[in-house]
Amino acid sequence: MTNSLLGALEIATRTDPGLVRGQNEDSVFADADRGLAILADGMGGYNAGEVASRMATEILSSRLEKAFLDAAAHEAEGGGQAVVQRSLVEHIAAVNTAIYCAATDQSQFGGMGTTLVATVFCDDRVIVAHIGDSRLYRLRGEEFVALTRDHSLLQEQIDSGQISQEEARFSINRNLVTRAVGVDPVVEAEVHVHAVCPGDVYLLCSDGLYDMVEEDEIQHALELFGVNLELAAGQLIQMANDNGGEDNVSVVVVKVLHEFPAARGRWSKLRSWFR
Amino acid sequence: MAKLILSMDGLVLKEIPLLKERMSIGRKAHNDIQIDNMAISGEHAAVVTILSDSFLEDLNSTNGTLVNGQSVKKHFLKDGDVIELGKYKMKYLAAPVAPGEVADYDKSMLFQSGPLPDVATLGDPMIAAVAQSQASAPAAPTLPAAAIQLLSGSNAGRELPLTKTLTTLGKPGLQVAVIARRPHGYFLTHVEGAKFPTVNGRVLDGQAHCLQDHDVIEIAGVKMEFFLKT
Repeated sequence: MTNSLLGALEIATRTDPGLVRGQNEDSVFADADRGLAILADGMGGYNAGEVASRMATEILSSRLEKAFLDAAAHEAEGGGQAVVQRSLVEHIAAVNTAIYCAATDQSQFGGMGTTLVATVFCDDRVIVAHIGDSRLYRLRGEEFVALTRDHSLLQEQIDSGQISQEEARFSINRNLVTRAVGVDPVVEAEVHVHAVCPGDVYLLCSDGLYDMVEEDEIQHALELFGVNLELAAGQLIQMANDNGGEDNVSVVVVKVLHEFPAARGRWSKLRSWFR
Repeated sequence: MAKLILSMDGLVLKEIPLLKERMSIGRKAHNDIQIDNMAISGEHAAVVTILSDSFLEDLNSTNGTLVNGQSVKKHFLKDGDVIELGKYKMKYLAAPVAPGEVADYDKSMLFQSGPLPDVATLGDPMIAAVAQSQASAPAAPTLPAAAIQLLSGSNAGRELPLTKTLTTLGKPGLQVAVIARRPHGYFLTHVEGAKFPTVNGRVLDGQAHCLQDHDVIEIAGVKMEFFLKT
């Protein structure tokens, strides 16, 4: 009976300031044994963006780990997946409050905020929550797709037909996000659930990657370096920097090595993962 | 913003924007620019930038600081000056006086409430043209074309042009390496397999290897030659 996530995922993370910016406002977190991967791209003057993204990854990861432990201990009602989904929404709200309060209490952090993309792998599924323009991509076979849609002015313009995909590549508004963590008292995370297959490669990345590197180049690199995730992550950063490295660039690459179905009891598997 | 291009043996290592009024250079970790090499003093030198002018000061380093081959204590940096510390070279590039430089705002910005910008403005060909030129700003690198010619195996004689960013060589599952086409050269990296490729008979380590004209590579039992097309 394989009811453990242990060994099901292989994860590599990499974050780099790029060639132009003096500081790195991106932040990443990954824990393969707990099926957790988080990426945040901070914004705000001085080092406030750095603070916001660090708060997002650290607070969210620690709160989720604790939540899953507690849930497992109490054999909570409801399927694991639904609980994970609820937890994500609830704890992202808490992260939002924490950053918002820090930003309003301390003037040096005024106006700081961060994008966020967080994934939890559980029961042969991936639950993804995102806010802003950091993305989750999936490579399955030869198909490479974005599983998240940016909360950005640009995406809204594309959706409403004001500009085409082609024009969008040259838009001057590409870095304007319409939703961010820590900017308003309340923020809504967009949450989706996708089925996972062995062999899938998932990529969490900041705009510093997809602004600098074409999607088919990203796909090509993941295909070629799929057997060696550390190299794949390094290669993606290198390509962004070779193309100018105009922004901080961060990636989390997750490969699914084998299935990880939920076993008998709803919480038995969660308990075993988060132990 | 003015910057320094750090290189060694002609290989560019890093581009360093002069972000602070005073940027210290040295071997120790607290320096703004750390060069971890025994020939570099703990606190070796500093670059002080006031408005658009930068000055280099040698901080009584053991091995000294050269600018364009001359030993200096204090030096007013001019565009294109080459600073030498041990085996390391740093080329000073003054800030370009371009209008694009003004737009040094945060890349990711929050666009909150408020109306969408006028569609007519977005469609303005002038603005579109500016955006386009900015998008293509990182000038196309002038890298010579290169190719691989197979020297052994069933396809001996065949030529493989290296036009893509990444080209795979070898047999999947057995031994795979990749040649990455980068702005400053072609780099061979081992990806898969217990056996590592060799270049001119020397076994590669885990690092990317910068290929030179006429290097002979061996991967999965097949010999091939790397050459530049001039």
